[in-house]
Amino acid sequence: MNFGHLDLNSTWFILIGVLFTGYAMLDGFDLGVGALHLFTKKDEERRLMLNAIGPVWDGNEVWLVTGGGALFAAFPDVYATVFSGFYLAFVLLLVALIFRGVAIEFRSKQPMRWWRQMWDVGFSCGSVLSSFLIGVAMGNIAWGIPIDARGEYAGTFWTLLQPYPVLLGITTVALFMMHGAIYALMKTEGALHDRLRGWINNCIIFFIICYAVTTMATLLYVPHMAARVRANPWLFSIVLVNMLAIANIPREIHHGRDGRAFVSSCLAMLALMGLFGLEMYPNLVLSNPLPANSLTIHNSASSQKTLGIMLTIALTGVPIVLAYTISIYWIFRGKVKLDKTSY
Amino acid sequence: MDVLTLSRIQFTLTISFHYIYPPLSIGLGVVLVLMEGLWLRTRNPLYHQLARFWTKVFALTFAMGVATGIVMEFEFGTNWATYSRYVGDVFGSALAAEGIFAFFLESGFLALLLFGWDKVGPKMHFFATCMVCLGAHFSAIWIVVANSFMQTPAGFHIVGEGLKARAEITDFWAMVFSPSSVDRLFHTLCGAWQAGAFLVVSVSAWYLLRRKHEAFARASLRVGLLVGLVASLLQLVSGHASAQGVAKNQPVKLAAFEGLYETTPNAPLTLFGWVDESGQRVFGPKIPGMLSFLAHNRASEPVTGLREAAPDARDRPPVNVTFQLFHLMVAIGFALIGIAALGCFYFWRGSLFTKRWLLWLLVFSVLGPQIANQAGWFAAEVGRQPWIVQGLLRTSAGLSAVVKANSVLAAMLLFSSVYVLLFAVFVYVLNDKIRHGPDDTDLHPSGKLALPERRKS
Ligand code: HDD
Ligand code: HEM
Ligand code: HEM
Repeated sequence: MNFGHLDLNSTWFILIGVLFTGYAMLDGFDLGVGALHLFTKKDEERRLMLNAIGPVWDGNEVWLVTGGGALFAAFPDVYATVFSGFYLAFVLLLVALIFRGVAIEFRSKQPMRWWRQMWDVGFSCGSVLSSFLIGVAMGNIAWGIPIDARGEYAGTFWTLLQPYPVLLGITTVALFMMHGAIYALMKTEGALHDRLRGWINNCIIFFIICYAVTTMATLLYVPHMAARVRANPWLFSIVLVNMLAIANIPREIHHGRDGRAFVSSCLAMLALMGLFGLEMYPNLVLSNPLPANSLTIHNSASSQKTLGIMLTIALTGVPIVLAYTISIYWIFRGKVKLDKTSY
Repeated sequence: MDVLTLSRIQFTLTISFHYIYPPLSIGLGVVLVLMEGLWLRTRNPLYHQLARFWTKVFALTFAMGVATGIVMEFEFGTNWATYSRYVGDVFGSALAAEGIFAFFLESGFLALLLFGWDKVGPKMHFFATCMVCLGAHFSAIWIVVANSFMQTPAGFHIVGEGLKARAEITDFWAMVFSPSSVDRLFHTLCGAWQAGAFLVVSVSAWYLLRRKHEAFARASLRVGLLVGLVASLLQLVSGHASAQGVAKNQPVKLAAFEGLYETTPNAPLTLFGWVDESGQRVFGPKIPGMLSFLAHNRASEPVTGLREAAPDARDRPPVNVTFQLFHLMVAIGFALIGIAALGCFYFWRGSLFTKRWLLWLLVFSVLGPQIANQAGWFAAEVGRQPWIVQGLLRTSAGLSAVVKANSVLAAMLLFSSVYVLLFAVFVYVLNDKIRHGPDDTDLHPSGKLALPERRKS
């Protein structure tokens, strides 16, 4: 396909943002359900929680896989620098994702208590750790990492654990926990549902505290992540949408409209990711302390030809993917019930 | 150990472990489509029971495939960063296409396949099964395309110099249909079908030996043996095509496969043997002229030897290892054809069920495709050394510049221990499923599947 004068580099910046936002909204809830998993005590409740995400978690994770693939293809230098630079952190993330995935599959295959407890812990820790590490990675990209003139990462594993990225990691866990709790609320009924309703306020409060601290820290210590909004006051509307969406969550929960609370939570994520992208553009990875070495959508991109091919692939593939993903969510709508095919 | 060695070991470990599961998922996918299709056609509840049981096994291999596959997706970036920069422009689009066209399809419809039995009608469920199977095949397509670029690069040009050099795409379709990709894809898929089919054969034969679930086992065995025989025969055809491609495009690799040092007309085929690398000789029984004939269709045609194809010994792969792995694969290939043919013959004669020695052979046949799949990939990949991208980039130059040996070592210890644990659990759960056997309640479809078919009025 011929895309004329379309700015392909910026288009791919947006598309990769869309993939990672999709990942956060979808896998976010099943990571969150995982984080809450150990709070449920009865075996049946745990099975309900697992089956709430059972049919969809794998598809959700593919957003991450595809995002990674798209990053590789569109901005190979970013893929190479970030993944080799954050080496141990990514290895931990991979191990966490492995445990989370296989725990869902294996847990209910044996009746022994120790067996189920073992996988429950694996599932929960895996979920918390992956959410945290994803947040830390985002935090580092915003804060900036040391990059040398060749475009290689010049720090160590410990450089990644500065206070700001860690704060973002915790905030991500909080966000996903809240998101997951809302999702679980939508999918359950009876006693478990009522108990979840009790916890959800704690989740919301935990998230709002984290959110406030992060916002403050960003304004104070990471001013470049607020520069564009400050320069263009109309962009403040996105901040507003974000705040309103967050504020709307407890309101909808209070009225028992769980579906709308979920939509609000998704909207909040969308706005947050939108802001993140706006502030980063046109950088993909900030170099700190030497901003000149930052990886941008121009100096780390593939050729125009490849970006064009990829856009063709995306334009053919993504509509089909969306169509069947939505149908599948539709088929599995409604409250979960345990039956023969359940975990 | 240095970073290079460690990274190579780590990549080998993780990809070999991953590759235990994809062939099973791909092969079982085909078997499931057949079983469910048979059920829809005949409405014989036995086939419904077959489909239900094998779906559970499929779920297990699939979960393991997914969990180990994620590691692969990111390992190019973590361990082979320079290589990723070099090939990203070409290779990345294949990987991204895999996500969009294959993984979404598989994982989306997997939900219906596993949990949708009572939620959708039989036709819809069958459709979902077909889509999962198709998705698994798509993922093989894209990953083999990516790998074939590394074997026989095409459709690109080199831009920049020195450290900044990288391959950029010039012709997407030339890259996709690189000289080796079609043959290798076909060969890989046949190997996967064999892996799935022989698992079915093995479990069914075991039930027959134990005189358990006999009706179920016979029906399974029939499907398994048929798929197994067809795939094994096709494997010979596609393997031969691959070999001719290697002779043309990667003469060094072919010479290493056969331990051929001197360019010779009438080159002999060594059946099995040993390469004396320092003496540059091969010991073992040979068929004169056979290699020339297989590679070029004419016995008098010369086959290029290592001394001519790679005069500098540093440009050669480890010859004996490549030789052994290749011969192991081919030997197993012929053995599987024999086993499947015997099985089919006696099944057709009706006397298979009394031949315990043959049933035992079938029980162990499951290992054949697994070993051959690994050996085949090892032969193909080790035979490509010292290149990571044939003729363009050396493996030693593809490493991540900033990763330290102790990080790689730590990662490797972590992955190895996790994988050992996972493998043990996988075998334990699989064994448990097999011992438990098919559910008798599955003879009666439930939910929407049980509704009588609506006829057009
Ligand atoms: C011939 C087939 C084949 C080969 C050579 C590979 N894979 Fe694979 N992969 C599959 C066939 C497959 C599959 C059949 O599609 C899987 C395995 C089992 C499964 O359930 O899906 C899968 C799963 C899988 C997943 C998880 C997908 C998901 O979340 O649904 C990823 C990210 C990868 N693979 C990536 C890779 C990479 C980067 C490879 C190369 C180094 C690789 N695979 C080799
Ligand atoms: C699934 C089956 C596969 C197996 C069993 C396999 C096996 C191997 C082995 C044993 C090596 C090490 C060779 C050596 O270092 O001497 C290797 C190297 C490599 N393979 Fe594969 N491979 C497989 C598929 C793939 C695919 C599909 C790709 C890419 C799309 C790939 C990319 C690589 C790369 C980048 C290396 C270089 C690293 C190295 O030399 O260690 N492999 N592979
Ligand atoms: C029957 C005789 C067989 C022959 C003549 C044969 C031939 C070949 C050749 C020439 C290659 C190297 C291709 C390359 O490097 O580009 C290869 C690779 C491979 N073989 Fe075989 N093979 C046979 C049987 C089998 C069997 C039975 C299996 C598994 C069940 C198998 C699985 C593989 C795999 C997975 C690869 C690596 C992927 C590839 O490069 O295509 N092969 N085979």
